[in-house]
Amino acid sequence: MLNELLDAAPFFLRGAGTTLLYTACGAVAALVISFVLGLMSMSPSLWVRGVVRVIVEFFRGTSLVVQLLWIFYVLPQLGIKFEPLAAATIAFGLNFGAYGAEVVRGAVTSVPKAQWEATVALGLGKGHRMRRIILPQAIPEMVPPFGNLLIQMLKSSSLLFFVAVTELTYQVNQLRNDIGSLSAFTVALIVYFVLTQLLIVVMRVWEKRAAAKVGRGPKPVDVTMQGTMAAPSGAV
Amino acid sequence: MTSRWRWDYAWDVLPDLLVAFLKYTLGITLAAGVIAILLGLVLALGRRSDNMWVSRPTFWLIEFIRSTPIPIQLFFVYFGLASVGFRLSALVTGVLVLGVHYACYMAEVYRAGIDAIPPGQWEACTALSLSPQRTWRAVVLPQVIRRIIPSAGNQIIALFKETPFLIVIGVGEMVFVAQQFNSATFRAIEPYTIAGLIFLAASYPTSVLMRKLEARLAQ
Repeated sequence: MLNELLDAAPFFLRGAGTTLLYTACGAVAALVISFVLGLMSMSPSLWVRGVVRVIVEFFRGTSLVVQLLWIFYVLPQLGIKFEPLAAATIAFGLNFGAYGAEVVRGAVTSVPKAQWEATVALGLGKGHRMRRIILPQAIPEMVPPFGNLLIQMLKSSSLLFFVAVTELTYQVNQLRNDIGSLSAFTVALIVYFVLTQLLIVVMRVWEKRAAAKVGRGPKPVDVTMQGTMAAPSGAV
Repeated sequence: MTSRWRWDYAWDVLPDLLVAFLKYTLGITLAAGVIAILLGLVLALGRRSDNMWVSRPTFWLIEFIRSTPIPIQLFFVYFGLASVGFRLSALVTGVLVLGVHYACYMAEVYRAGIDAIPPGQWEACTALSLSPQRTWRAVVLPQVIRRIIPSAGNQIIALFKETPFLIVIGVGEMVFVAQQFNSATFRAIEPYTIAGLIFLAASYPTSVLMRKLEARLAQ
Protein backbone atom coordinates (compact mmCIF):
# COMPACT_ATOMS: atom_id res chain seq x y z
CA MET A 1 0.00 0.00 0.00
CA LEU A 2 2.62 2.51 1.12
CA ASN A 3 4.97 1.45 -1.68
CA GLU A 4 2.26 1.92 -4.26
CA LEU A 5 1.49 5.37 -2.91
CA LEU A 6 5.17 6.29 -3.08
CA ASP A 7 5.28 5.07 -6.68
CA ALA A 8 2.28 7.24 -7.44
CA ALA A 9 3.71 10.35 -5.77
CA PRO A 10 5.50 11.71 -8.87
CA PHE A 11 2.22 11.60 -10.80
CA PHE A 12 0.41 13.47 -8.06
CA LEU A 13 3.16 16.07 -7.98
CA ARG A 14 3.20 16.46 -11.75
CA GLY A 15 -0.59 16.82 -11.71
CA ALA A 16 -0.46 19.38 -8.91
CA GLY A 17 2.17 21.33 -10.85
CA THR A 18 -0.04 21.43 -13.94
CA THR A 19 -3.04 22.42 -11.81
CA LEU A 20 -1.05 25.31 -10.33
CA LEU A 21 0.23 26.36 -13.76
CA TYR A 22 -3.26 26.50 -15.25
CA THR A 23 -4.62 28.27 -12.16
CA ALA A 24 -1.80 30.84 -12.25
CA CYS A 25 -2.35 31.60 -15.95
CA GLY A 26 -6.10 31.84 -15.43
CA ALA A 27 -5.58 34.09 -12.40
CA VAL A 28 -3.35 36.54 -14.29
CA ALA A 29 -5.85 36.74 -17.16
CA ALA A 30 -8.76 37.13 -14.74
CA LEU A 31 -6.93 39.85 -12.80
CA VAL A 32 -6.29 41.89 -15.95
CA ILE A 33 -9.86 41.44 -17.20
CA SER A 34 -11.24 42.32 -13.73
CA PHE A 35 -9.44 45.65 -13.72
CA VAL A 36 -10.24 46.48 -17.35
CA LEU A 37 -13.95 45.66 -17.00
CA GLY A 38 -14.22 46.98 -13.44
CA LEU A 39 -12.75 50.38 -14.29
CA MET A 40 -14.72 50.55 -17.55
CA SER A 41 -17.94 49.87 -15.62
CA MET A 42 -17.42 53.24 -13.90
CA SER A 43 -17.06 55.09 -17.18
CA PRO A 44 -19.19 58.23 -17.62
CA SER A 45 -20.29 56.91 -21.02
CA LEU A 46 -23.55 54.99 -20.92
CA TRP A 47 -22.43 52.97 -23.94
CA VAL A 48 -19.26 51.72 -22.31
CA ARG A 49 -21.13 50.85 -19.10
CA GLY A 50 -23.80 49.05 -21.08
CA VAL A 51 -21.32 46.96 -23.06
CA VAL A 52 -19.42 46.01 -19.88
CA ARG A 53 -22.70 45.07 -18.17
CA VAL A 54 -23.60 42.74 -21.04
CA ILE A 55 -20.15 41.09 -21.04
CA VAL A 56 -20.18 40.62 -17.26
CA GLU A 57 -23.71 39.22 -17.14
CA PHE A 58 -23.02 36.96 -20.11
CA PHE A 59 -19.94 35.32 -18.62
CA ARG A 60 -21.43 35.09 -15.14
CA GLY A 61 -24.68 33.65 -16.40
CA THR A 62 -23.69 30.94 -18.85
CA SER A 63 -21.86 28.57 -16.48
CA LEU A 64 -18.14 27.85 -16.56
CA VAL A 65 -18.57 24.27 -17.75
CA VAL A 66 -20.45 25.39 -20.84
CA GLN A 67 -17.84 28.07 -21.53
CA LEU A 68 -15.02 25.54 -21.27
CA LEU A 69 -16.78 23.10 -23.60
CA TRP A 70 -17.52 25.98 -25.96
CA ILE A 71 -13.92 27.11 -26.20
CA PHE A 72 -12.55 23.56 -26.39
CA TYR A 73 -15.11 22.03 -28.77
CA VAL A 74 -17.18 24.69 -30.52
CA LEU A 75 -14.50 27.21 -31.51
CA PRO A 76 -12.39 24.56 -33.32
CA GLN A 77 -15.47 23.67 -35.40
CA LEU A 78 -15.71 27.35 -36.31
CA GLY A 79 -12.09 27.22 -37.40
CA ILE A 80 -10.52 28.82 -34.30
CA LYS A 81 -8.06 26.54 -32.51
CA PHE A 82 -6.15 27.21 -29.31
CA GLU A 83 -3.55 25.31 -27.36
CA PRO A 84 -5.18 23.79 -24.23
CA LEU A 85 -3.35 26.20 -21.92
CA ALA A 86 -4.47 29.20 -23.98
CA ALA A 87 -8.04 27.93 -24.19
CA ALA A 88 -8.25 27.32 -20.44
CA THR A 89 -6.68 30.70 -19.71
CA ILE A 90 -9.27 32.43 -21.89
CA ALA A 91 -12.17 30.55 -20.31
CA PHE A 92 -11.02 31.12 -16.72
CA GLY A 93 -9.96 34.69 -17.47
CA LEU A 94 -13.34 35.66 -18.88
CA ASN A 95 -15.47 33.78 -16.37
CA PHE A 96 -13.60 34.83 -13.24
CA GLY A 97 -12.78 38.24 -14.72
CA ALA A 98 -16.52 38.90 -14.93
CA TYR A 99 -16.85 38.21 -11.20
CA GLY A 100 -13.65 40.12 -10.47
CA ALA A 101 -14.94 43.20 -12.31
CA GLU A 102 -17.63 43.53 -9.65
CA VAL A 103 -14.97 43.21 -6.96
CA VAL A 104 -12.89 46.00 -8.49
CA ARG A 105 -15.92 48.25 -8.96
CA GLY A 106 -17.12 47.63 -5.40
CA ALA A 107 -13.72 48.35 -3.89
CA VAL A 108 -13.12 51.51 -5.92
CA THR A 109 -16.55 52.94 -5.13
CA SER A 110 -15.99 52.18 -1.45
CA VAL A 111 -13.08 54.66 -1.28
CA PRO A 112 -14.50 57.62 0.69
CA LYS A 113 -15.86 60.47 -1.39
CA ALA A 114 -13.63 62.99 0.36
CA GLN A 115 -10.60 61.25 -1.17
CA TRP A 116 -11.97 61.80 -4.67
CA GLU A 117 -12.80 65.42 -3.86
CA ALA A 118 -9.32 65.96 -2.47
CA THR A 119 -7.74 64.73 -5.73
CA VAL A 120 -9.91 67.17 -7.66
CA ALA A 121 -9.00 69.97 -5.28
CA LEU A 122 -5.31 69.18 -5.75
CA GLY A 123 -5.80 69.22 -9.51
CA LEU A 124 -4.49 65.67 -10.08
CA GLY A 125 -5.00 64.18 -13.53
CA LYS A 126 -7.35 61.24 -14.00
CA GLY A 127 -4.67 58.57 -14.41
CA HIS A 128 -2.56 59.99 -11.62
CA ARG A 129 -5.56 60.11 -9.29
CA MET A 130 -6.45 56.48 -9.92
CA ARG A 131 -2.90 55.14 -9.69
CA ARG A 132 -1.61 57.04 -6.70
CA ILE A 133 -4.66 57.80 -4.54
CA ILE A 134 -7.70 55.67 -5.26
CA LEU A 135 -6.34 52.24 -6.24
CA PRO A 136 -3.83 51.89 -3.37
CA GLN A 137 -6.73 52.40 -0.96
CA ALA A 138 -9.08 50.12 -2.89
CA ILE A 139 -6.67 47.19 -3.28
CA PRO A 140 -6.75 46.01 0.37
CA GLU A 141 -10.54 45.77 0.00
CA MET A 142 -10.15 43.67 -3.14
CA VAL A 143 -7.73 41.09 -1.80
CA PRO A 144 -10.12 38.95 0.30
CA PRO A 145 -12.76 38.58 -2.44
CA PHE A 146 -10.00 38.00 -5.02
CA GLY A 147 -8.68 35.29 -2.70
CA ASN A 148 -12.08 33.60 -2.72
CA LEU A 149 -12.16 33.74 -6.51
CA LEU A 150 -8.65 32.30 -6.74
CA ILE A 151 -9.60 29.32 -4.58
CA GLN A 152 -12.75 28.90 -6.61
CA MET A 153 -10.58 28.85 -9.74
CA LEU A 154 -8.17 26.28 -8.33
CA LYS A 155 -11.14 24.06 -7.53
CA SER A 156 -12.74 24.60 -10.93
CA SER A 157 -9.47 23.74 -12.67
CA SER A 158 -10.23 20.12 -11.79
CA LEU A 159 -12.82 20.27 -14.57
CA LEU A 160 -9.98 20.53 -17.08
CA PHE A 161 -9.42 16.78 -16.96
CA PHE A 162 -12.72 16.60 -18.82
CA VAL A 163 -11.12 18.34 -21.78
CA ALA A 164 -8.05 16.08 -21.45
CA VAL A 165 -5.66 18.47 -19.71
CA THR A 166 -3.29 16.31 -17.67
CA GLU A 167 -3.75 18.16 -14.38
CA LEU A 168 -4.20 16.65 -10.93
CA THR A 169 -7.69 15.22 -11.42
CA TYR A 170 -6.63 13.64 -14.70
CA GLN A 171 -3.55 12.05 -13.12
CA VAL A 172 -5.62 10.70 -10.24
CA ASN A 173 -8.04 9.08 -12.66
CA GLN A 174 -5.08 7.36 -14.32
CA LEU A 175 -3.87 6.08 -10.96
CA ARG A 176 -7.20 4.61 -9.91
CA ASN A 177 -6.41 1.13 -11.15
CA ASP A 178 -2.96 1.04 -9.55
CA ILE A 179 -3.70 2.24 -6.04
CA GLY A 180 -7.47 1.77 -5.76
CA SER A 181 -10.24 4.34 -6.08
CA LEU A 182 -10.59 5.11 -2.40
CA SER A 183 -6.93 5.89 -1.73
CA ALA A 184 -6.47 7.69 -5.08
CA PHE A 185 -9.31 10.11 -4.43
CA THR A 186 -8.53 10.48 -0.73
CA VAL A 187 -4.99 11.56 -1.60
CA ALA A 188 -6.41 13.88 -4.27
CA LEU A 189 -8.71 15.53 -1.71
CA ILE A 190 -5.78 16.04 0.63
CA VAL A 191 -3.53 17.47 -2.11
CA TYR A 192 -6.23 19.94 -3.16
CA PHE A 193 -6.81 20.87 0.48
CA VAL A 194 -3.10 21.58 0.95
CA LEU A 195 -2.97 23.66 -2.24
CA THR A 196 -5.99 25.70 -1.10
CA GLN A 197 -4.50 26.32 2.34
CA LEU A 198 -1.31 27.45 0.62
CA LEU A 199 -3.22 29.98 -1.46
CA ILE A 200 -5.06 31.22 1.65
CA VAL A 201 -1.72 31.91 3.36
CA VAL A 202 -0.37 33.73 0.29
CA MET A 203 -3.49 35.88 0.03
CA ARG A 204 -3.35 36.74 3.73
CA VAL A 205 0.22 37.96 3.40
CA TRP A 206 -0.73 40.02 0.36
CA GLU A 207 -3.70 41.52 2.20
CA LYS A 208 -1.54 42.56 5.16
CA ARG A 209 1.07 44.07 2.85
CA ALA A 210 -1.51 45.99 0.83
CA ALA A 211 -3.14 47.32 4.01
CA ALA A 212 0.19 48.28 5.55
CA LYS A 213 1.11 50.20 2.39
CA VAL A 214 -1.72 52.66 2.96
CA GLY A 215 -1.00 52.84 6.68
CA ARG A 216 -3.76 50.55 7.85
CA GLY A 217 -3.35 47.90 10.49
CA PRO A 218 -5.24 44.63 10.53
CA LYS A 219 -8.90 45.25 9.73
CA PRO A 220 -11.30 45.15 12.70
CA VAL A 221 -13.87 42.36 12.64
CA ASP A 222 -16.95 43.36 10.70
CA VAL A 223 -19.89 42.77 13.05
CA THR A 224 -22.54 44.29 10.82
CA MET A 225 -23.89 42.41 7.83
CA GLN A 226 -22.74 45.18 5.48
CA GLY A 227 -19.37 43.68 4.70
CA THR A 228 -20.59 40.16 4.11
CA MET A 229 -23.49 41.27 1.96
CA ALA A 230 -21.53 43.75 -0.13
CA ALA A 231 -18.58 41.46 -0.74
CA PRO A 232 -19.36 38.84 -3.35
CA SER A 233 -18.88 35.38 -1.98
CA GLY A 234 -16.88 34.47 -5.04
CA ALA A 235 -18.98 31.51 -5.88
CA VAL A 236 -21.91 33.43 -7.21
CA MET B 1 -13.44 21.36 -40.72
CA THR B 2 -15.36 24.53 -40.20
CA SER B 3 -19.09 24.70 -39.99
CA ARG B 4 -21.76 27.22 -39.27
CA TRP B 5 -24.85 27.51 -37.14
CA ARG B 6 -27.73 25.39 -38.48
CA TRP B 7 -31.21 26.36 -37.41
CA ASP B 8 -32.80 23.01 -38.30
CA TYR B 9 -30.36 21.18 -36.04
CA ALA B 10 -30.82 23.79 -33.31
CA TRP B 11 -34.59 23.16 -33.35
CA ASP B 12 -33.92 19.43 -33.18
CA VAL B 13 -31.81 19.61 -30.04
CA LEU B 14 -33.79 22.32 -28.22
CA PRO B 15 -36.67 20.13 -26.89
CA ASP B 16 -34.35 17.48 -25.44
CA LEU B 17 -32.15 20.11 -23.82
CA LEU B 18 -35.16 21.86 -22.32
CA VAL B 19 -36.56 18.62 -20.94
CA ALA B 20 -33.18 17.73 -19.40
CA PHE B 21 -32.97 21.24 -17.99
CA LEU B 22 -36.41 21.20 -16.39
CA LYS B 23 -36.21 17.63 -15.18
CA TYR B 24 -32.62 17.26 -14.07
CA THR B 25 -30.83 20.61 -13.85
CA LEU B 26 -33.68 22.28 -11.96
CA GLY B 27 -34.56 19.11 -10.04
CA ILE B 28 -30.97 18.65 -8.86
CA THR B 29 -30.74 22.35 -7.95
CA LEU B 30 -33.94 22.09 -5.92
CA ALA B 31 -33.00 18.88 -4.08
CA ALA B 32 -29.40 19.94 -3.41
CA GLY B 33 -30.62 23.42 -2.44
CA VAL B 34 -32.93 21.98 0.23
CA ILE B 35 -30.06 19.89 1.62
CA ALA B 36 -27.79 22.96 1.62
CA ILE B 37 -30.34 25.13 3.42
CA LEU B 38 -31.17 22.58 6.13
CA LEU B 39 -27.74 21.04 6.65
CA GLY B 40 -26.16 24.51 6.46
CA LEU B 41 -28.08 25.59 9.54
CA VAL B 42 -27.12 22.41 11.39
CA LEU B 43 -23.43 22.99 10.53
CA ALA B 44 -23.63 26.65 11.53
CA LEU B 45 -25.12 25.70 14.90
CA GLY B 46 -22.57 22.90 15.32
CA ARG B 47 -19.79 25.37 14.73
CA ARG B 48 -21.16 27.69 17.42
CA SER B 49 -21.55 24.87 19.93
CA ASP B 50 -19.97 25.39 23.36
CA ASN B 51 -18.79 21.80 23.25
CA MET B 52 -15.31 21.81 21.74
CA TRP B 53 -15.75 18.21 20.55
CA VAL B 54 -18.60 19.40 18.34
CA SER B 55 -17.41 22.83 17.24
CA ARG B 56 -13.83 21.95 16.25
CA PRO B 57 -14.63 18.95 14.01
CA THR B 58 -17.51 20.90 12.43
CA PHE B 59 -15.14 23.77 11.68
CA TRP B 60 -12.61 21.49 9.98
CA LEU B 61 -15.28 19.58 8.12
CA ILE B 62 -16.61 22.83 6.66
CA GLU B 63 -13.10 24.02 5.80
CA PHE B 64 -12.15 20.73 4.19
CA ILE B 65 -15.24 20.41 2.04
CA ARG B 66 -15.05 24.05 0.95
CA SER B 67 -11.38 23.66 0.05
CA THR B 68 -11.72 20.65 -2.23
CA PRO B 69 -13.17 20.52 -5.76
CA ILE B 70 -16.63 19.13 -6.44
CA PRO B 71 -15.42 16.77 -9.22
CA ILE B 72 -13.02 15.05 -6.82
CA GLN B 73 -15.70 14.84 -4.16
CA LEU B 74 -18.01 13.27 -6.73
CA PHE B 75 -15.34 10.71 -7.68
CA PHE B 76 -14.58 10.04 -4.03
CA VAL B 77 -18.19 9.12 -3.31
CA TYR B 78 -19.08 7.53 -6.63
CA PHE B 79 -15.95 5.42 -7.15
CA GLY B 80 -14.04 5.57 -3.86
CA LEU B 81 -16.83 4.77 -1.42
CA ALA B 82 -18.38 2.35 -3.92
CA SER B 83 -15.15 0.34 -3.89
CA VAL B 84 -15.67 -0.34 -0.18
CA GLY B 85 -19.30 -1.32 -0.66
CA PHE B 86 -21.09 2.02 -0.20
CA ARG B 87 -22.89 2.24 -3.54
CA LEU B 88 -25.08 5.14 -4.66
CA SER B 89 -26.51 5.97 -8.07
CA ALA B 90 -24.86 8.79 -10.03
CA LEU B 91 -27.89 11.04 -9.54
CA VAL B 92 -28.07 10.50 -5.76
CA THR B 93 -24.29 11.00 -5.50
CA GLY B 94 -24.57 14.25 -7.44
CA VAL B 95 -27.40 15.64 -5.33
CA LEU B 96 -25.68 14.65 -2.06
CA VAL B 97 -22.26 16.01 -2.98
CA LEU B 98 -23.61 19.31 -4.33
CA GLY B 99 -25.96 19.64 -1.36
CA VAL B 100 -23.27 18.98 1.24
CA HIS B 101 -20.74 21.21 -0.58
CA TYR B 102 -23.13 24.13 -0.62
CA ALA B 103 -24.29 23.39 2.94
CA CYS B 104 -20.75 24.33 3.98
CA TYR B 105 -21.06 27.63 2.12
CA MET B 106 -24.54 28.14 3.60
CA ALA B 107 -23.10 27.53 7.09
CA GLU B 108 -20.92 30.61 6.58
CA VAL B 109 -23.93 32.58 5.38
CA TYR B 110 -25.91 31.59 8.48
CA ARG B 111 -22.94 32.40 10.68
CA ALA B 112 -22.73 35.94 9.28
CA GLY B 113 -26.47 36.33 9.83
CA ILE B 114 -26.30 35.07 13.41
CA ASP B 115 -23.28 37.24 14.23
CA ALA B 116 -25.24 40.25 13.00
CA ILE B 117 -27.84 39.91 15.77
CA PRO B 118 -27.01 42.71 18.26
CA PRO B 119 -25.83 41.43 21.67
CA GLY B 120 -28.63 43.40 23.32
CA GLN B 121 -31.17 40.99 21.89
CA TRP B 122 -29.45 37.96 23.41
CA GLU B 123 -29.29 39.79 26.73
CA ALA B 124 -32.96 40.73 26.46
CA CYS B 125 -33.85 37.06 25.90
CA THR B 126 -31.88 36.12 29.00
CA ALA B 127 -33.54 38.92 30.96
CA LEU B 128 -36.96 37.64 29.88
CA SER B 129 -35.74 34.17 30.87
CA LEU B 130 -36.68 32.69 27.51
CA SER B 131 -35.50 29.12 27.03
CA PRO B 132 -32.68 28.64 24.49
CA GLN B 133 -35.14 26.99 22.10
CA ARG B 134 -37.53 29.93 22.28
CA THR B 135 -34.68 32.41 21.94
CA TRP B 136 -33.60 30.75 18.69
CA ARG B 137 -37.03 30.05 17.29
CA ALA B 138 -38.87 33.25 18.22
CA VAL B 139 -36.12 35.87 18.25
CA VAL B 140 -32.92 34.91 16.46
CA LEU B 141 -33.85 32.73 13.49
CA PRO B 142 -36.64 34.93 12.08
CA GLN B 143 -34.20 37.85 11.88
CA VAL B 144 -31.37 35.71 10.55
CA ILE B 145 -33.51 34.29 7.78
CA ARG B 146 -34.69 37.73 6.72
CA ARG B 147 -31.15 39.03 6.56
CA ILE B 148 -29.56 36.16 4.71
CA ILE B 149 -32.11 35.77 1.91
CA PRO B 150 -29.96 37.60 -0.69
CA SER B 151 -26.70 35.80 0.13
CA ALA B 152 -28.48 32.47 0.43
CA GLY B 153 -30.13 33.12 -2.93
CA ASN B 154 -26.75 33.85 -4.48
CA GLN B 155 -25.42 30.55 -3.14
CA ILE B 156 -28.34 28.69 -4.71
CA ILE B 157 -27.65 30.44 -8.04
CA ALA B 158 -24.01 29.36 -7.76
CA LEU B 159 -25.12 25.80 -7.03
CA PHE B 160 -27.40 25.93 -10.06
CA LYS B 161 -24.51 26.96 -12.31
CA GLU B 162 -22.36 24.13 -10.96
CA THR B 163 -24.89 21.36 -11.69
CA PRO B 164 -23.06 20.61 -15.00
CA PHE B 165 -20.09 19.49 -12.86
CA LEU B 166 -22.09 16.30 -12.50
CA ILE B 167 -21.25 15.32 -16.09
CA VAL B 168 -18.00 13.92 -14.70
CA ILE B 169 -19.95 11.00 -13.26
CA GLY B 170 -22.44 10.93 -16.12
CA VAL B 171 -25.57 12.42 -14.54
CA GLY B 172 -27.97 13.17 -17.40
CA GLU B 173 -28.47 16.89 -16.83
CA MET B 174 -28.61 19.43 -19.64
CA VAL B 175 -24.91 19.81 -20.46
CA PHE B 176 -24.56 16.02 -20.45
CA VAL B 177 -27.36 15.79 -23.01
CA ALA B 178 -25.65 18.51 -25.07
CA GLN B 179 -22.45 16.48 -24.93
CA GLN B 180 -24.32 13.36 -26.10
CA PHE B 181 -25.62 15.31 -29.09
CA ASN B 182 -22.08 16.44 -29.81
CA SER B 183 -20.66 12.95 -29.75
CA ALA B 184 -23.53 11.53 -31.81
CA THR B 185 -23.47 14.10 -34.59
CA PHE B 186 -20.07 15.81 -34.23
CA ARG B 187 -21.86 19.14 -34.12
CA ALA B 188 -20.93 21.08 -30.98
CA ILE B 189 -22.10 24.57 -31.87
CA GLU B 190 -25.85 24.27 -31.47
CA PRO B 191 -26.13 22.06 -28.36
CA TYR B 192 -23.50 23.91 -26.31
CA THR B 193 -24.66 27.35 -27.36
CA ILE B 194 -28.28 26.58 -26.55
CA ALA B 195 -27.28 25.04 -23.21
CA GLY B 196 -25.37 28.23 -22.34
CA LEU B 197 -28.27 30.44 -23.34
CA ILE B 198 -30.74 28.41 -21.27
CA PHE B 199 -28.43 28.88 -18.27
CA LEU B 200 -28.25 32.60 -18.95
CA ALA B 201 -32.01 32.90 -19.37
CA ALA B 202 -32.57 31.21 -16.01
CA SER B 203 -29.78 32.73 -13.93
CA TYR B 204 -29.86 36.36 -15.09
CA PRO B 205 -33.41 37.21 -13.91
CA THR B 206 -32.78 35.40 -10.61
CA SER B 207 -29.57 37.30 -9.92
CA VAL B 208 -31.27 40.61 -10.77
CA LEU B 209 -34.02 39.70 -8.30
CA MET B 210 -31.43 38.92 -5.61
CA ARG B 211 -29.69 42.24 -6.19
CA LYS B 212 -33.02 44.09 -5.83
CA LEU B 213 -33.72 42.21 -2.60
CA GLU B 214 -30.25 42.99 -1.32
CA ALA B 215 -30.69 46.71 -2.02
CA ARG B 216 -34.08 46.67 -0.36
CA LEU B 217 -32.88 44.93 2.79
CA ALA B 218 -29.84 47.19 3.02
CA GLN B 219 -32.07 50.25 3.48
